[in-house]
Amino acid sequence: MNKIKTIIRKEWAEVFKKRMVLFTVIFLPLFLSVLPLIILYSMGGSSVNSADAQLPAQFQQMCKSNMTAGQCMQYYIVSEFLIMFMLIPLFVPVNIAAYSIVGEKTTHSLEPLLATPISTGELLAGKNLASVIPAIIATWVGFGIFAVGSLIITGGGALAAALLDPMWLIAVFLAGPLMAVLSVNFSIMVSSRVNDPRVAEQLSAVVILPLLALFFGQIAGLFILNSTLILIMCLVLLLLDALMIYLAVRLFQRETILTRWK
Amino acid sequence: MIKTENLSKKFNTTVAVDNLNLEVQEGEVFGFLGPNGAGKTTTIRMLTSLIGPTTGTAVVNGYRIGEQDTQIRRTVGILTEAPGMYDNLSAEFNLEIYANLYEVKDPKGQVKKYLSMLGLWDRRQDEAGTFSKGMKQKLAIARALLHEPRILFLDEPTAALDPEASHLVHDFIGELRKEGRTIFLCTHNLDEADRLCDRVGVFKTHLLVVDTPANLRSQLFGRRVVFHLVRSDETIAASIRTLPFVREVKVIDNKLVVNLDDPETHNPEIIRVLVGAGAEIQFVGELRHSLEDVYLQLVKNA
Repeated sequence: MNKIKTIIRKEWAEVFKKRMVLFTVIFLPLFLSVLPLIILYSMGGSSVNSADAQLPAQFQQMCKSNMTAGQCMQYYIVSEFLIMFMLIPLFVPVNIAAYSIVGEKTTHSLEPLLATPISTGELLAGKNLASVIPAIIATWVGFGIFAVGSLIITGGGALAAALLDPMWLIAVFLAGPLMAVLSVNFSIMVSSRVNDPRVAEQLSAVVILPLLALFFGQIAGLFILNSTLILIMCLVLLLLDALMIYLAVRLFQRETILTRWK
Repeated sequence: MIKTENLSKKFNTTVAVDNLNLEVQEGEVFGFLGPNGAGKTTTIRMLTSLIGPTTGTAVVNGYRIGEQDTQIRRTVGILTEAPGMYDNLSAEFNLEIYANLYEVKDPKGQVKKYLSMLGLWDRRQDEAGTFSKGMKQKLAIARALLHEPRILFLDEPTAALDPEASHLVHDFIGELRKEGRTIFLCTHNLDEADRLCDRVGVFKTHLLVVDTPANLRSQLFGRRVVFHLVRSDETIAASIRTLPFVREVKVIDNKLVVNLDDPETHNPEIIRVLVGAGAEIQFVGELRHSLEDVYLQLVKNA
């Protein structure tokens, strides 16, 4: 455990000196928290808030019966942005994890590191946690800001309850960490197979694509997110995480990594 | 301390190390010499359990490679070819990381000990990236010693260092030798090997020869004595050519260069014969072959 902690300390000491990493860990979650709050606030005075406003069936399908048409509209628009809280745990750790192995290769620090009595499991656990923990914290803090802000803006009630309903809590507090693990292990896998940190970052970003499909799928009305769908997604993520961890460990061949990089 | 048995490594069809049989004793400084691409680093990587052999085996510090890799890594120190420090972390933090990974009991104490010993304590808070090559190399040496390994593998410890920094590293290796540590020194610097090593092995995919530098010189070239005369000619040279222990005589200006197996025994007889032949001897000295001559001869013949 001490070795894992050492790797985490080392990773954080290194990566948080990089402005780009700090930017993605702090600014992106902050931006994604504040943006829906601005929309929520600016839509508060919209004409759609009048009592007799009519909304398309698709909107109404998403809303609870005690919500007005205006609240329903606000919920529909803001909920599209709430999916972005699932983007944070995917995007934030990529910058850290993608660099984790290939960075050590390029600075030639991997060989002395592998010469220590650290096991592959300990090394990868340290690298994993060093990327996953900031991603989860950033996601949860971001969502916390949004939760407090939305309660203040809406003054509680049906709209706030809808925005903070269990579906979003499951998405942020359960699916979020699972997505972070997926993203990190995919990035570590890529990182241990390439020789250039830029290639690692580019390839690792591919992991965001399924979430974008989810985002655009909901906008296009292909499906409507609900708790069941999110729970199924969590189950799939759990299986994918297990597979990805297995692959990341299997593909981390000390000998190949040491002898094939130039 | 280190014993290899038919140790071999292939990368696809390329043979990097071929049937290496070698024994290094405890407390010995062993020089591992060879041209670029000879397989020296691959050998070090196998002996430090970084990579596995294709065939053969080795026992390092009582542990067998491939079977007790963690124990080997725990008990040997390695200075890799590139220092590989974390450039944006302080020198002290760099070493603390490794002290923890090697499970050193008093990490801070060990870090202080080696930073002080290598003259880096005052710069401990500076980022490693701000260090000169020589300082980085010293930092990497400190890193290799934090867990007090009994065997130390040094891969090109003075490559790209200026003479002053090289001198400091040489002195430090000398200190480690006094402590009785076994040192496996992989180097291109033949003068360094000549000065520091008890024995050297010349290696080019397979081991060409192992012996002390002095024995290698003697075996390959014999020993050469130079007789400086007031005037030298072929008549004088011919007077000693017939002596049974003289292997070869060359006349170079007013000097006679004589190849002998045992100069201490035969020099007085040669001097007598030369004086008898009318030669006036100014002084006598031994002409030493450098280890570089030995190395080049061996590698050329390989």
